[in-house]
Amino acid sequence: MTWTDPKSMTENMAIDDSLVMGGRQFGSRLFVGTGKYADNDTMVEAIRASGTAMVTVAVRRVDLDRTKEEGILFHLDPDEFFMLPNTAGCYTAEDAIRYARLARAAGFHEWLKLEVIGDETTLLPDTQATLEAAKVLVDEGFKIMAYTNDDLITALRLEDVGCVAVMPLASPIGSGLGVVNPYFIREIKRRCEVPIIVDAGVGTASDACVTMEQGVDGVLMNTAIAAADDPVGMAHAMRLAIQSGRLAYLAGRMEAREIAVPSSPTRGMLD
Amino acid sequence: MSDEQTINVRLNGKDRQICPGLSVQALVESLDLNPQLIVVELNREILRRDCFGETLVSEGDQVELVHFVGGG
Repeated sequence: MTWTDPKSMTENMAIDDSLVMGGRQFGSRLFVGTGKYADNDTMVEAIRASGTAMVTVAVRRVDLDRTKEEGILFHLDPDEFFMLPNTAGCYTAEDAIRYARLARAAGFHEWLKLEVIGDETTLLPDTQATLEAAKVLVDEGFKIMAYTNDDLITALRLEDVGCVAVMPLASPIGSGLGVVNPYFIREIKRRCEVPIIVDAGVGTASDACVTMEQGVDGVLMNTAIAAADDPVGMAHAMRLAIQSGRLAYLAGRMEAREIAVPSSPTRGMLD
Repeated sequence: MSDEQTINVRLNGKDRQICPGLSVQALVESLDLNPQLIVVELNREILRRDCFGETLVSEGDQVELVHFVGGG
């Protein structure tokens, strides 16, 4: 690889390195959730600072005892942010399918983040139920981005049934533990043809950077930004970390070795 | 209001008494909600928005009004 001026490389990346997924082009490889923010103004400001091209939203009952302004559409314009509804909170394929249909009826598009949880303590996915729901929803014309474990076999099967993206976790939802198994993430990326978006578990900017350095196509996060002391500052940090990790991956890192090699000439030292 | 003048429905998981002959559109508006921003499920079936006006809420109906909220 020839040396490229970092500035021009970044500029080229902005043009050439956008992500195409499900026939749609995304200008950023960072996707963010909209939950858990202290207030809506901070949420909107943080989302803008993240530079994201897509935000996730949840489907819930209207709380008839509270103000109608709790609805996310009072705060985020679907023309400004591509909204990806999720099936968060669903524990069966049947429930996830019901929520998916409700989300589509809201009238934006056929994209969905499919998530079927299998365990309340770890929030780890029920991969069998996820596959079952994915099959049904793909047949109904949904574009499914499937949240799953860092398990290669499930990832391959989700791809086989027609998901537009496979989204293995870095570590449990909301844990902030970072990528607990980079090897599995790399293996999933190597073997799947659809985009791999790592979803859940990133805690801080270095985690996001390390995740992108595994070669994956993007990262989806929520708590790492929303639960930071300064969510807007963290959103900016994440934006840079995602770009940095992507650039480092494309640039190709040096080989790691457990031996020191001097960077300066050993010859030419004074007597 | 006496019992004869109301019907019982299950609205977002709670029992409610509403006037008979109310359309879904009227119900939604009576709750100060924008029909464009919500999805209605009537007895587990999604109701198309262009059917809100012509669909009447009946005794024993299960109505779910959902919308998008913040989530990850």
